[in-house]
Amino acid sequence: MTLLPTSVRAASPPPAPTPRSRRRLRRQSLAGWGFLGPFVAVFALVFLAPIGYALYLSVFKDKLIGGTSFVGLENYTQALTDPRFWEGVGRVGLFLAVQVPVMLGIALLVALAVDSGRLYGKAFFRISVFLPYAVPAVVASLMWGFIYGTRFGLVGNINDAFGITLPDPLSPSLVLASIGNIVTWEFVGYNMLIFYSALKVVPRSLYEAAALDGAGEWRIVTSVKLPAIRGALVIATIFSIIGSFQLFNEPSILQKLAPNAITTDFVPNLYTYSLSFSGQQHNYAATVAIVMGVITAIVAYTVQLRGMRKG
Amino acid sequence: MTTTRRSRRIAAAAAAVCALALTATACGSSDTSTGASPGDVKSALEKGGTVKVWAWEPTLKKAAADFRKKYPKVKIELVNAGTGDKQYTALQNAASAGSGGPDVAQIEYYALGQFTIGKTVTDLAPYGASQHDKAFTKGPWTAVAKDKSVFAMPMDSGPMALFYNKRVFDKHKIAIPTTWDEYVEAARTLHKADPKLFITNDTGDAGATTSLIWQAGGRPYKTENTDVKIGFEQDAGTKKYTATWQKLLDEKLVAPITSWSDEWYKGLSDGSIATLAIGAWMPANFTTGAASAAGDWRAAPLPQWTKGSKDSAENGGSSLAVPKDAKNKELAYAFIEYATTGAGASARVAEGAFPATTADLDSAKFQETKFPYFGGQQANKIFAESARNVGTGWSYLPYQAYANSVFNDTVGKAYVTATPLAQGLAAWQQASVKYGNEQGFSVNK
Repeated sequence: MTLLPTSVRAASPPPAPTPRSRRRLRRQSLAGWGFLGPFVAVFALVFLAPIGYALYLSVFKDKLIGGTSFVGLENYTQALTDPRFWEGVGRVGLFLAVQVPVMLGIALLVALAVDSGRLYGKAFFRISVFLPYAVPAVVASLMWGFIYGTRFGLVGNINDAFGITLPDPLSPSLVLASIGNIVTWEFVGYNMLIFYSALKVVPRSLYEAAALDGAGEWRIVTSVKLPAIRGALVIATIFSIIGSFQLFNEPSILQKLAPNAITTDFVPNLYTYSLSFSGQQHNYAATVAIVMGVITAIVAYTVQLRGMRKG
Repeated sequence: MTTTRRSRRIAAAAAAVCALALTATACGSSDTSTGASPGDVKSALEKGGTVKVWAWEPTLKKAAADFRKKYPKVKIELVNAGTGDKQYTALQNAASAGSGGPDVAQIEYYALGQFTIGKTVTDLAPYGASQHDKAFTKGPWTAVAKDKSVFAMPMDSGPMALFYNKRVFDKHKIAIPTTWDEYVEAARTLHKADPKLFITNDTGDAGATTSLIWQAGGRPYKTENTDVKIGFEQDAGTKKYTATWQKLLDEKLVAPITSWSDEWYKGLSDGSIATLAIGAWMPANFTTGAASAAGDWRAAPLPQWTKGSKDSAENGGSSLAVPKDAKNKELAYAFIEYATTGAGASARVAEGAFPATTADLDSAKFQETKFPYFGGQQANKIFAESARNVGTGWSYLPYQAYANSVFNDTVGKAYVTATPLAQGLAAWQQASVKYGNEQGFSVNK
């Protein structure tokens, strides 16, 4: 699912060609295709073909008894009424509503602090916040899994040392929040860098002008800095939305540690994965993937439309 | 093209057999539609070739080496294509593609149904597999043979036993439980004496649960071709199991540690997991995974649901099958037959495999083997006794691999929330029924 902003403007129809100019036009268009060809070929192969293949898979059904048969849109009606799928969608929706604002808020604060120039050891601070992004998600999840362990992990050690019982971060009621914590830890630095680089290109003269007009530090932030990096904010939000809908690594790794809290349909991506790898339901998995892709595209596009609207 | 080449080769092999055969019947049987006979196997061996084997069982290495020594013209290519589910997915994919699969594949008993129903494994009876029906113990043989067909050869078995940490039991002066009620009692005593000690670990394991229901006399699954019946609610054995196990869960007497995890091995080593009810293939894992606890552990018969009885069940165990698209089925069968029967099987047992063959189970050498890890105990006597008492008539679902994959989604709730175990099993049943019907079976209809 591509999410390229496409601002298509209706082109005005060209004037009807005369017979002579038509031949020239054909030759021209052939030359045009020649230039376009390599791109179209690669684009078709790496972007359109996989989507086309998924669409093709989604209209068939392969049964253990009876083999493969064409079923039309049956898989889609099944997906749209599948409670296991919608529970997963609801879970990433909740995740999106809570984790993304928290993560972007922290990232923005850090970026503003680094940009303010009042921070001592700015470079060190910046790199250490960014560092978790360089840790592969699988390693990060494993590491946090060990921290969360109530028996041999850090939580367990704290419990033992102080004689208290902290709530189990891997219990069914807390595990989504624990995953949110991991993702926040991983991506605050990345988003901070996006915001910081956007802040860097804001002309300093604007700040001086605002200061001369008597604006305080806070007023400069709200009236100058934030409007100036609006584009970066929208982009980071869209990346985060897509990231939330694609949540997979963290739950999939933690599943080994908390098999009863993280079910095989915990998030849509994990559901797709288990459908095709333990249930042999490749066709239905393709359908779920397509439906999820469409949902992601709709949500991301809505956010983009709203975020880019002037006003 | 490959088909015609293969059939030509088979025809040539058959002709060779005919030329050599002393009786006319041998030629007659090789002309049947299956085109296979024990004679073909023999000539294939003389001709030689390559057998690609997908398996993860470690003692097969020994069998492959011995086989090559015996038949130098045959090359055995042993590949570990992944354990359990991963291998089954790969096999299924190869079967739908019609190529890319091995000549021989290791398939656990519980998963074999999926392959026999889908006809993705070869019936080995025409190759001479049925003549071995008396060679194997009941449990494994009924898992691979149906009517006149033999879909795989039993490679090992897992009659259940109770492994217990004698040091912990002695220290707290607890008697070895002989019934599951005593087991619950022992769990209470142990946990009360030291809250760090648990009678066992359990975070929901489909294999262990079904095995204990099996031992309790439960038969929740019934399969007749594509007609499947799943019934946990009305099953007496299941009720016995849930009543007892619910006590262990409610009182938090089982450690919330997942089997095969690092924590698990740690628990087995330091004694905080005091017993395991598991298949007889476990000792090798003890010696490698919990080496520091050598001498602490012993084996005992599985606790009983009724005092004084001797019921047992199988837990795990694998078979060797020939996928339908195998390139050299005769040779594949020859290797399977060698690795699972006679001298080949005995050699694997000597390497640590738990036998599925009665000859090995009954042999004095096997029974009198002393396990240094178990303080010199002759544990095989207990295992062999267990193998003889495995309850008959058990069958898994023809799609058990899938059902097991959603066990923690459903029954797992009973381990982390207030959901009762019986309700969890009902949800599991519901998920299994739904999947079965979607896949074209007729389940509970």
